[in-house]
Amino acid sequence: MISLLLILVMSLFFSGIIIRTKSILSGRKGPGILQPMLDILRLWKKGSVVSTTTSFIFQIAPTAYLASVIMAVLMIPHGDKPGFISFDGDFIMFAYVLAFGKFLMIISALDTGSSFEGMGASREALFSMLVEPAFFILLGSFALFTGQNSFRDIFSSLHYGSQISYLLGGLASFVLVMIAMIENSRMPLDDPKTHLELTMVHEVMILDNSGFDLGLINYTTNLKFAMYGALISNFFIGLLPLEFSIPMFLAIQIGFAITVGIIESFMARFRMGHNPQFVFILTSVSLLIFFGVLLVLGKFV
Amino acid sequence: MDKIFIEIFNLLAITALVTIPFLNTKWRGILTLTCTTLQISIISILSISVFSNGIVEYFYSGSWVTGLIPIRIDYLSAWFILVISITFFTGVWYGVHYMRKYRDQPDNLALHAAAFTLLYTSLIDICLVQNGMVLLVFWEVMALSSFLLVIFEHYKSTTLKAGINFLIQSHVCILFLTIAFMWIKVRTGSFDFKSISLFTSSQPPIAGLALFIFFFIAFAIKAGFVPFHTWLPLAHPAAPAHISGIMSGVIIKIGIYGMLRVLMLIKSDMVTIGYFILFVSLITALYGVMLAIVQHNLKKLLAYHSIENIGIIGIGIGLGCLGLGTNNQWLLLAGFGGALLHVLNHSLFKSLLFFSAGNVFLLRHTMNIESLGGLIKKIPHSGYLFLIGSLAICGLPPFNGFISEFFLYNGLFHGLSTGNFVFILTILFTILGMVIIGGLALICFTKAFGIVFLGTSREVFPDESTIEYPQSILPLYLIGLFIISTGVFPWIFSPYLIQIVSQYLPELSAQVKLQLVENLTHFMIVGQFSLGFIFLTLVIYFLRHLVIRNRAVCQQPTWGGAYCASTPKMQYTASSFIRAYRKLAEPILSVKREKREAEGLYPQYIMQRTHAHDKIETWLIDRPLFLIRKVLKSFVFLQNGNIQAYILYGFIFIGLAILLPSLISAIALIIKFLIHL
Repeated sequence: MISLLLILVMSLFFSGIIIRTKSILSGRKGPGILQPMLDILRLWKKGSVVSTTTSFIFQIAPTAYLASVIMAVLMIPHGDKPGFISFDGDFIMFAYVLAFGKFLMIISALDTGSSFEGMGASREALFSMLVEPAFFILLGSFALFTGQNSFRDIFSSLHYGSQISYLLGGLASFVLVMIAMIENSRMPLDDPKTHLELTMVHEVMILDNSGFDLGLINYTTNLKFAMYGALISNFFIGLLPLEFSIPMFLAIQIGFAITVGIIESFMARFRMGHNPQFVFILTSVSLLIFFGVLLVLGKFV
Repeated sequence: MDKIFIEIFNLLAITALVTIPFLNTKWRGILTLTCTTLQISIISILSISVFSNGIVEYFYSGSWVTGLIPIRIDYLSAWFILVISITFFTGVWYGVHYMRKYRDQPDNLALHAAAFTLLYTSLIDICLVQNGMVLLVFWEVMALSSFLLVIFEHYKSTTLKAGINFLIQSHVCILFLTIAFMWIKVRTGSFDFKSISLFTSSQPPIAGLALFIFFFIAFAIKAGFVPFHTWLPLAHPAAPAHISGIMSGVIIKIGIYGMLRVLMLIKSDMVTIGYFILFVSLITALYGVMLAIVQHNLKKLLAYHSIENIGIIGIGIGLGCLGLGTNNQWLLLAGFGGALLHVLNHSLFKSLLFFSAGNVFLLRHTMNIESLGGLIKKIPHSGYLFLIGSLAICGLPPFNGFISEFFLYNGLFHGLSTGNFVFILTILFTILGMVIIGGLALICFTKAFGIVFLGTSREVFPDESTIEYPQSILPLYLIGLFIISTGVFPWIFSPYLIQIVSQYLPELSAQVKLQLVENLTHFMIVGQFSLGFIFLTLVIYFLRHLVIRNRAVCQQPTWGGAYCASTPKMQYTASSFIRAYRKLAEPILSVKREKREAEGLYPQYIMQRTHAHDKIETWLIDRPLFLIRKVLKSFVFLQNGNIQAYILYGFIFIGLAILLPSLISAIALIIKFLIHL
């Protein structure tokens, strides 16, 4: 419950912080932190233009996308306080529910019959296929490390004993940050601010969405960021009491948002053709984490 | 009582077969429909009662060839009978409508109807009978009748070719089965399945392993495990849609039934068997889905996807064996439970997908994905049902595919924390494989659904009246209902699964059984969250509806980058959708590309065509065939069309046959002489 509230609050500021960081780093004054959320509110008040080619799928997809992310958010715990939903193997459902939303977004892009959107859909499908193994192996490593099988049990029984385990925590945060960047189609993979449709992933998929639905999609992106931030913060909160864990949660989220801003300010976008290699690196890093866990547990022969 | 039920079941089939020649086409259809429906209801009542009343067992005395013929319906048989019956029920109702197109071929239809009845009866009988010899007879009946069903359009050369390929491979399968049963018969003197247990428990594990390999190859051919899958992608597109659905839904599952049955009987080193099955299944699933993505024929794509799903079922079986071998209850339950559920689930969504693909074929008379598009506006029911099938086959919640994949993942993640290094690594790579398979399935079905049903039509077709009638859509809705209810209420199946899985543990204490039940509830809990997810989506959709009810919505053409004259040809195609994937997978698959670039001052026509080859088919089937043919070609002079020469061959053969014993003794004499020298 507490985790849901915190994530919802954080989702209001997240992209504002990113934009603010970017503007400060490039020497501009920049908009206020709430501006992206105000933009979304404005979109929610607007009517919409719907393509004549589309079917009902185009109507339901943004809703299902938001529902899938909310469902995933409901599973995220806050330290040892379980999320709304917590059961054995909840992280499997977490990944699959997100995939459901993605499936619908991909086919809704194809629903418009536009070649731009088909291009974005194709990339989204490929990258999400490539990024999934990293997430599962990461969770598998921690399931092995703690001997537990749900988000809450894993995070509450996670304690750092040796130096290797600190390394594991750091690597895990790196992998999760990168997964979040890929899932949200941000900088090293994709530049949301580019003005060339041929080089975009996510933004080009939603070219034909407008009004309320576009607002939903934009909000879902923010929520997704906050969700991954919450996941990262859980690696460090552990069994801390609420009065320490909530500030820590906020600090980690803000740190995460600033990191994203810094990455986006100082890195160039990769060539689209080289992205698969980069995404695969994440899987190998999580394999590294897995072997590290085996090493810590003394099961490495 | 049970005996009478089974005898009525078989008598119904025989009566139908005898009556079919005397009826006209319309009544043949009605007869097949009623007969199959009656058979299905009888046998389903029987198998459901097995779950509540315990195992049915009785014997026929048989002859001196077969020995005693035991009929046993245990929980495993009952489960498979139910799965087969559900698919046949929807299949026959859909098929009667589908075959209306061929009303002008009455003889062909009569044969089809007869073969259909025969196929259903033989499939059920395979599940009932537990005598090797009789099983082989039914197996042969099944192979022949499904061959007849596949070659319905035998006047097309590709269909006939695919059918013959299927026939030959089915008989290779029967060959291996025969060897295995003969081995048992020679060593124990009985064809009863129980003698398999007797034989293997009295021998060192290696004998059990060898026997298992024979059974495995036989059943792997039927089920379509790589590298024995090559008949599947040929036979499925060739057959009529309802037969493809049934074939993919249940005929290949009979191989899985055989495998599960044999595993229940063989006493051997289960850990080795588990590793073996896991390895083969992972390759099967990965290879199947990797090739499925690059197919341009919708039915062929679905056929390769069946191979993938067989692989997933195989992963479950492998995990179950590892659980048996290492005495890990959780793994056992997750593995076998997941495999059994996936057998049911796959038969549901795959038949749904094939039936809706059949409706696409009825409308457009082509299965080429590249020329289709925008069908969701023409055949909306089939379109949305195809979407449900696609979501389910990708294993996404809240549909049924997710439940079985959840079982497997849960077993895998639990298995991680047990066992030694090799075991953990195996589990790790299985998880990795499963995740990649899931991701690839997502690409595959976004492509299939998105290109076929969405956008606008990529080629111009003559405008046709609707082909969606209530009778052609209702069976599909029935399957859709099954899919969603299995996804949301999986606990309906818990008692069945517990009973089947406990058959693998003969000496089962009450405490362990309680543990199993408790573990299963852990798995089943996911269904209620799926229900919650549906509810959440509906609530948000309702809220959205409330908010935008009064907003202005205007219709405009799709935004084309300020270009106003876009044509359907400018849409993304299936090949371009998977281009990035194809580039990645090219080293593993062999994709042939023909290309004609724009040349000269006035370029006229450019094109690019890709064609994916099955590398394993090339190396395992085509290449050896080519070599054999090359060798045999040198004997072609014998076949000179000269009747006198043929008579001469006959004489030479008879002479050799008569002289052979004396020739051998002469040679033996010479050898003896040489030795004594």
